[in-house]
Amino acid sequence: MTDQTPHVEKREKDVPEGVEHLHEGKLFIPPADIVETDSAVLVKADMPGAGAEQVDVTLEQDVLTIHARVGRHDPEGYGLAYSEYETGDYQRVFSLSAEIDADHIDAKISAGVLTLTLPKAKPAQKQIRVQAH
Amino acid sequence: MVRPYSQSGPWNPWRRLRDLEQEMRRLFGEPDRPRRGVFPPVNIWTNADGAVVTAELPGVDPKDMEIVAVGNTLTLGGQLGAPEFAEGSVWHRRERPSGKFSRSIELPFAIDPDSVEARCRDGVLEIRLQRPEQQKPRKITVQVD
Repeated sequence: MTDQTPHVEKREKDVPEGVEHLHEGKLFIPPADIVETDSAVLVKADMPGAGAEQVDVTLEQDVLTIHARVGRHDPEGYGLAYSEYETGDYQRVFSLSAEIDADHIDAKISAGVLTLTLPKAKPAQKQIRVQAH
Repeated sequence: MVRPYSQSGPWNPWRRLRDLEQEMRRLFGEPDRPRRGVFPPVNIWTNADGAVVTAELPGVDPKDMEIVAVGNTLTLGGQLGAPEFAEGSVWHRRERPSGKFSRSIELPFAIDPDSVEARCRDGVLEIRLQRPEQQKPRKITVQVD
């Protein structure tokens, strides 16, 4: 095995004190890549098991929340003999620093990877004509 | 290489300890954590006829996966997509795994190579394999004289 061997360990989301869990099963934090360019913020998050119908993306002010309901998918007629990972829902909350154009957010999910393109809002520009007397 | 069912090989006290640790985890409903450098983590489901091996491989193109079954060993290999973002961009987080992987899993029975079926859906790989017909457990009726 080389040093390049990828490694993942699913991180379970901590529930803050005083908050009660009202759904069954586990909640995981999806690992993410986040990149900012001049024009947009790009987010990729690994949510294996989630399809387009299971994912919710919400932006409220500058707080971006991604959530996926995955639950458990046990193959029917088999018993679990050995387990190295668990399945459950995903949730992650990001606080965005840049101004985002909320009307033009693009969200896609393919092979369990959620890709978000959050275009930055263009600063309001108004040209003022200088008139010569 | 990981042997979830270590029933062969020389006696190894560390392996015994690891088995014990996994036994304890199972008692408390914790998963058997893979050792570092082992990718992808797998779940193995069994019944009398065969097994289902599942692994989470988000973003992996099925064309880049290689699944080989020899004897009782199943090998999963492939390539995770490299991060592709425009130059001049600023990284805020880089957590998703990337690179090549290969892992061998030893099952407690021989795999019928013709029975192996692999499917990938929403980034979850599912491999179904069967025992050879003559090795499937058979129920024996006790005859009364």
